[in-house]
Amino acid sequence: MDIFLQQLINGLTIGSIYALVALGYTMVYGVLKLINFAHGDLVAFSAYIGLVVMMQLSGAISSSAVIILLTFIVTMIIIAAAGVTLERIAYRPLRSAPRLSAVVSALGASLVIENGIMLIWGPRPKIFPADIVPSINWNIGGVYIGLLQLLVLVISFTLMFILYFFVNRTKLGTAMRASAIDQDAARLMGINVNKIIMTTFIIGSALGAVGGLFIGMYYRGIYFNMGWIYGLNAFVAAIIGGIGNIPGAMLGGLLLGVFNALISGYLSSSWALALTYVLLIVIMIFRPTGILGERVAEKV
Amino acid sequence: MSEKEVLLKVEDLKVAYGSIEAVRGISFEVNKGEVVTILGANGAGKTTTLRTISGLLKAKAGSIRYKNLELTSLPAHEIVALGISQSPEGRRVFGTLTVEENLKLGAYTKKTYNNATLSWMYELFPRLSERKSQLAGTLSGGEQQMLAIGRALMSEPEMLLLDEPSLGLAPVLVKTIFDTIKQIKQSGVTVLLVEQNAKAALKLADKGYVLEVGKMVMKGDSKTLLESPQIQEAYLGKKK
Repeated sequence: MDIFLQQLINGLTIGSIYALVALGYTMVYGVLKLINFAHGDLVAFSAYIGLVVMMQLSGAISSSAVIILLTFIVTMIIIAAAGVTLERIAYRPLRSAPRLSAVVSALGASLVIENGIMLIWGPRPKIFPADIVPSINWNIGGVYIGLLQLLVLVISFTLMFILYFFVNRTKLGTAMRASAIDQDAARLMGINVNKIIMTTFIIGSALGAVGGLFIGMYYRGIYFNMGWIYGLNAFVAAIIGGIGNIPGAMLGGLLLGVFNALISGYLSSSWALALTYVLLIVIMIFRPTGILGERVAEKV
Repeated sequence: MSEKEVLLKVEDLKVAYGSIEAVRGISFEVNKGEVVTILGANGAGKTTTLRTISGLLKAKAGSIRYKNLELTSLPAHEIVALGISQSPEGRRVFGTLTVEENLKLGAYTKKTYNNATLSWMYELFPRLSERKSQLAGTLSGGEQQMLAIGRALMSEPEMLLLDEPSLGLAPVLVKTIFDTIKQIKQSGVTVLLVEQNAKAALKLADKGYVLEVGKMVMKGDSKTLLESPQIQEAYLGKKK
């Protein structure tokens, strides 16, 4: 039972990071029907940017809470700007081109960012400082939870709640959902769809940046091609939850995290990735649109 | 009667999909406060015309002037803000949004939606009021049409474009929809109505145009058109 609870905590921590990254995939898919393959690499980029910002700040500021807060804000802004640039350069010119062209462009953008990171920071892994979040651990009935884990959980859930509120309860959020359903009809409502797409990239990239920073702080080692594996996991999470569906991405991320952690706890971590895809296949067989995805049935 | 004010003036409009010209140089006018109808069969270019006025399609040539403003170079969302809204062909309601969310989106160009307008929509379409919090996709075809019209009216337009509002509806609902258009006209909104149901449209309209494969072949006030032998034969199913 202890192993179960411990792995549940660990899984929720990793899962909430997956969820943050998965949201970027699912939101962009929602409005553009495009898998933004470069999203994972933006996440990797955010870890590197975050590390640079953090090292600069720690020379100037002594309070680690302030350092962390500023690192998050600055990194989110930079990555959001990168996401908007990506959309402008790689996707907007192909808006009316066949779907496959945009997918190829996405793969190309992914390679550009990945190799760009390698050119700037080199091929060897970089390490996040160990003591940036004090290593405080609580023992609750035999189950350990660290301060960093608690931070990851609280911040991720807060951000997801804010996003959910924004999308479902605000005017701009409703316009975003409308644009995802029918872009021309949205234009007829007076919605500037280009602005909505830009907003989607800003939010998705900023959430991805938080995910990238958490990956750096939690696992500490970051490497230039890490966007591939974390991106793939988050992408699988988005599909499991139902691509295009925001609560689906959150659920898919958490589910995948817990699933991975339980496999690692009871079996072996080397099985985690293989069985992730078994899970994906099983879910796709029984629910091809994902757990919360809508059945695509068009009324003529 | 005072001098009629021209609200919308379309001149020599040409619209093409690639190399296929769907609208081949049409001209027409809509005066303030009127209901004007464009009749024509499938593929005549009616929907293309409305989509071009709304800015969803770019004109190849010609001009669309609204209160002396050229619309052909403006993006769709700015045209809505100028006071032209559209209930598109096939209704295009946002299926996974509630009825009320759909209506409120109609007022997107306003800072906030006008509560009085929302109440007027529920008065105009009591069925929508009963289904406020239901998802739009679960409504019947007729209800979706009401929602599409209501949503377009939420922006408090000066001019409303209606693209085949009676398409695929049961006769009793067609009557309801046309009665509603009459009420909309009485409230002072100018209406440009594209229809295949020529009889009902002409009964309601002040004047009409007939579009055939991208060209205007007839125009006139509704009464003249209703009595015209060509119209009777081609659109009203009466033999000579």
